[in-house]
Amino acid sequence: MLTILLTAGVIGGIAVLCASALALAAHCFAVYEDPRVGELEKCLPGVNCGACGYAGCSDYAKAIVAEEAGIDRCAPGGNDVLEALAAATGAAATTLEKMVALVHCNGTAENAKHRHAYNGIMDCQAAHQLAGGDMTCNYGCLGYGSCARVCPVDAIEINKNLAIVHPDLCIGCKACVASCPRNLISMVPASKKIHVLCSSADKGPIAKKACNVACIGCRICAKLDGDAFTMDGFLAKRNYDNDVTNPAVIEKCPGKCIVDTAPAPPAQPTEGQHA
Amino acid sequence: MKVTRALRKLRGSIHPQYFKGLTADAPITTMPAPAKLFVSMAQHLGAPAKPIVAKGDIVVQGQCIAEAAGFISAPVHAPASGKVLEVDTAPTPAGTMAPRIIIETDPQNTETQTLPPMPEWQKQPRETLLARIAEAGIAGMGGAGFPTRVKLSPPADKPIDTLIINGAECEPYLTADHRLMVEHSAGIVNGIRIICHLLEVKHVHVAIEENKPSAIEAMQQALEQLDGVEASVCILPTEYPQGAEKQQISMTTGREVPSGGLPMDVGCVVENVGTVLAVANAILEGLPLTHRVTTVTGHIVQTPQNVLAPIGTTYADLVAFCGGLTNPAAKVISGGPMMGMAQPSLEGSTTKTSSGLVFLEERRVHVYRSLPCIGCGRCIEACPMDLIPAAISYTVEGGDYDKAEALNILDCIECGCCAFVCPASRPLVQHFKLAKPKIIVKRRQAAAAKGTA
Repeated sequence: MLTILLTAGVIGGIAVLCASALALAAHCFAVYEDPRVGELEKCLPGVNCGACGYAGCSDYAKAIVAEEAGIDRCAPGGNDVLEALAAATGAAATTLEKMVALVHCNGTAENAKHRHAYNGIMDCQAAHQLAGGDMTCNYGCLGYGSCARVCPVDAIEINKNLAIVHPDLCIGCKACVASCPRNLISMVPASKKIHVLCSSADKGPIAKKACNVACIGCRICAKLDGDAFTMDGFLAKRNYDNDVTNPAVIEKCPGKCIVDTAPAPPAQPTEGQHA
Repeated sequence: MKVTRALRKLRGSIHPQYFKGLTADAPITTMPAPAKLFVSMAQHLGAPAKPIVAKGDIVVQGQCIAEAAGFISAPVHAPASGKVLEVDTAPTPAGTMAPRIIIETDPQNTETQTLPPMPEWQKQPRETLLARIAEAGIAGMGGAGFPTRVKLSPPADKPIDTLIINGAECEPYLTADHRLMVEHSAGIVNGIRIICHLLEVKHVHVAIEENKPSAIEAMQQALEQLDGVEASVCILPTEYPQGAEKQQISMTTGREVPSGGLPMDVGCVVENVGTVLAVANAILEGLPLTHRVTTVTGHIVQTPQNVLAPIGTTYADLVAFCGGLTNPAAKVISGGPMMGMAQPSLEGSTTKTSSGLVFLEERRVHVYRSLPCIGCGRCIEACPMDLIPAAISYTVEGGDYDKAEALNILDCIECGCCAFVCPASRPLVQHFKLAKPKIIVKRRQAAAAKGTA
């Protein structure tokens, strides 16, 4: 009997000691965390993509609470997250234009010509380093998929040696923009569907020789719809501030580089040659 | 004058087939200027030169057509007389874009322009001689193209006591330096004399691989004329990469260049034989660097030979001068097959660093399919820099550049021994070439951030 009592007493005593040590520690070393951080973190999508410029969703929530960052930096969240954040912080809610990545090139295996064979690392940077890439065009997509590999949501497909961003899947994190050695990818408003899919700054004849769908710098688009298209040297640029008012530009473009992507790019994913 | 042997064995090394017999006994032939010359402005390491001529200008051979754009840069001179057709932008043999001057040569115009010769150079101040070397546009002709003037002006806190003349030419196929040593040994010795005077060094090693007995003999005889310095011909075993400067310092002097260091950290300056000859020509005869010897070789070249051609000659003109090709080429390499760059077409042109042009037929070009590493460790044995290529390539593949840096990827000399021996055909050196610039950029950014913070 005594043994049982003694054991229970010792164990109980240790329990009481430990519990009070824990209670003391919890009281003395307590870290105050702003309850707002947790609240905001719940509003964020939690993909930790880094588009906001912070190390993850939690870090961004902390930055909002510390008033270092505005509430409009979460690209994947879009307007829903913006509204939730506005409700939680009491800041004025603005609407956020959804931006998606776009590869400004349409040089598929059929359209763009190859200059030489490449037998190196399957990486665009490596291919670009060797004599400026294996394409005749010095500006176009090499198709070795460096952008597809950095995409956190697999929104980029390599189809016939050309990277295509699926706008419905793109969360707008911009990871691919920095990965392209030829700077072909930029962010465009998701609502705009008509794009100039060429980045060649070469003069018309050179560009045309390298690719069937190159911008030849003819200025027809700028003449037909000067608000939506501007010229930068020998390359037409889309001005995304304005809508295309004259849809004839697509038909009239002799290089066939102005493309309406509204019906979405070809949906059957086929194995690219390289990827 | 004495003859020494290498002090040690090369740590890692390989023995590729050399095929030097194709051109080793062929005397240097002089090629007349072709109809058009395509002169790149990025022929050296550092900032590309700035063109100072415009379309339509008449230029004379030896006239300065582009000036140095900064301290680490070099001017460019017209390799032949003629008219400037165009100043445009084109890819260099290494694949980067740089300005280029196209000259339509005029065979009637035999006028040449030289700088005033300095026969009494010993009486000239050091600065005048260095300025002349810079003015003549001399850049390292071994392959890297580092401006020679910069190399010959070490900071005061790095005393130099040894000059090493690099005549190893360890790349397979190439014999340009070999022929220079045989045919122009007296000129090379004149260059050595000038550089010794500039650096105030007392020891000179002329490092030559033992597979060039004729060059060893010629240099031995010529070095007898050199007084006041302790000169020796150092015979190196035939191994690749014997011609790498850090390896050569270790073989000839026993000193080790520290990780991340330069030859001047151990009191050495290494100069290629071609560079030394160019220095002698610039000072004694006032000739700017407008021509160089390029080995045009390969089993499918009609008459492989060492050609003294104007800089800016297209590959197509060079091979036409050598009688054309007997079979279609599957690969054309500017430089040697180990470290040279494969060229997309014959439209490219030679530069100050074009040591060779190698034509390979289909039989000799392998299309590699890279397989996973089998952990055999052969790359570790082959690495002359004591690195672990297999491990570094893994970190690069995974994008972990910090780890790659910790594994000393920046000490890689890109000799290609690891990829040469890899039984799984892994693109090891290609991975390092991809990662090194990224790491260097990151380091620079970190240093800049530190500076502003």
